[in-house]
Amino acid sequence: MIAQPETKLRPVPAPEQAPPRQTYITVRGLSKRFGGSVLYESFDLDLPQGRITSIFGPNGCGKSTLINMISGLTPVDAGEILFDGKTLRDTTIGYVFQNYRDALMPWKRAIDNIKYPLEIARKSKAECSRRADELIASFDIGFDLHRYPYELSGGQQQLVSIMRALAPHPEVLFLDEPFSALDYEMTLFIRDKLQEIFVATGVTMLLVSHDLEEAVYLADHVLLLTKRPTRVAENVRFTAPRTRNAGTLSTDYFIQTKAHCLEIFQREVRK
Amino acid sequence: MNRAAVSIAFVGPVLLLAVWWLAFDAQWVNHKLLPSPWSTVQSLWESVVSGSMTRDFLSTLNRTLSAFAMAAAAGIPVGIVLGSNQKVYRSIEFLVDFFRSTPATAMFPLFLLIFGIGDFAKIAVAAFAAWLVVVFNVAYGVMNARQTRILAARVMGASSLRVFRDVMFFESLPQTFVGLRMAASVALVVIIVAEMFIGSSDGLGRRIIDSQQVFDLQQMYASIIASGIMGYGMNLIFLGIEKWLVHWSGK
Repeated sequence: MIAQPETKLRPVPAPEQAPPRQTYITVRGLSKRFGGSVLYESFDLDLPQGRITSIFGPNGCGKSTLINMISGLTPVDAGEILFDGKTLRDTTIGYVFQNYRDALMPWKRAIDNIKYPLEIARKSKAECSRRADELIASFDIGFDLHRYPYELSGGQQQLVSIMRALAPHPEVLFLDEPFSALDYEMTLFIRDKLQEIFVATGVTMLLVSHDLEEAVYLADHVLLLTKRPTRVAENVRFTAPRTRNAGTLSTDYFIQTKAHCLEIFQREVRK
Repeated sequence: MNRAAVSIAFVGPVLLLAVWWLAFDAQWVNHKLLPSPWSTVQSLWESVVSGSMTRDFLSTLNRTLSAFAMAAAAGIPVGIVLGSNQKVYRSIEFLVDFFRSTPATAMFPLFLLIFGIGDFAKIAVAAFAAWLVVVFNVAYGVMNARQTRILAARVMGASSLRVFRDVMFFESLPQTFVGLRMAASVALVVIIVAEMFIGSSDGLGRRIIDSQQVFDLQQMYASIIASGIMGYGMNLIFLGIEKWLVHWSGK
């Protein structure tokens, strides 16, 4: 277990006022086929900066494929994806995989896993250590990061994965069902940790989820997708103030938003 | 391991000795074929103490390790190249499988023709057989690298070279060690047989067949046990290195 469940992120002093919430990721004319079937066809999408967007939809609609194409893990058949006008090559991103066990490198200690993206970016040893210390302080880590990943619990490993993804100060953080391999206790803990990180850093997040409650709870935007060929069914706003907590889950606003999303989801599944 | 586990591990060997002794004592087997365990152990002990076995033991060990070293040095790079390139692997998969299935001993005459009747012919056959095992396992290890880890490194902006050096290499290590261990025992098997049948002045294989020819059965059994000790010892050493170097294996 992580030492203290109730830890707070140390607020990172923001250099300026919050940046304007503008369109950040633009997807234009995206097409993707798997085998003979069309997954995406002329798909357009705008995602805002400094927001958490949850992606939710029917099985097999390509939620993960969508973020994998945006993050460059899966090649697109056609289309253009830009980050504030830049290509992926000029953009620093972080990616948290569902399966932390397969995503971390077991031959490196947890701390060296966290530093790895910085080494790739050719940062000096001192810079790597400084950034790692910064992350450790802001995550308030209560376990020994000099252990190997397989010596840590599942939740601790996923925390290490998130720290690794955040290490190079990504402009976008992609999360592919980051909680689905965790037990409920750990899910709640890491979910709130993610929200703290978001409040403290304002990093743009793109979260694939198969749990509607979690999708709405974390999101500014819930992107509901249709069955394939996949389109956007609706982009639902959820503006409950942060920091959200267990109380948020029982507010009328949350319940109504979730019910609305569920309605659209069921309508799409039945189609 | 606690004491109970240690004592359980002794049950098998003690039982074997008991059955051996019974078979000898009750004359289940002709004494000409089966000496008593004590006289065998005594013969082994005398050979060790007098140093008469040392030379044979060391030459066999030397040949086996030479063959193994050649197999590893030539097999690991080839395995990595094959494993990281599916097309190349597919195109020669049949050849690797075919020669892996061909008894190495069937190649003795060919290798004798090529390398002459010297020591090197024996080492070369053993190295060839062990090399195939190394190549196959290393290639397999590289091919089966966890896709997620490779993607994770790529998404962080790692170049192909870095993905290879930082991820694929380590991913292939557990399987590489499986291959190296198998290669060492294959090399030992081939070397022992080669010493027996393709003319050698020393080595455990030579010693085993010589004692059989003069009907010194104690010595024959003692030499068999010595070659077993060599094989088991090599395996143990490799397992130790593997556990230390590939600490994450199976976790």
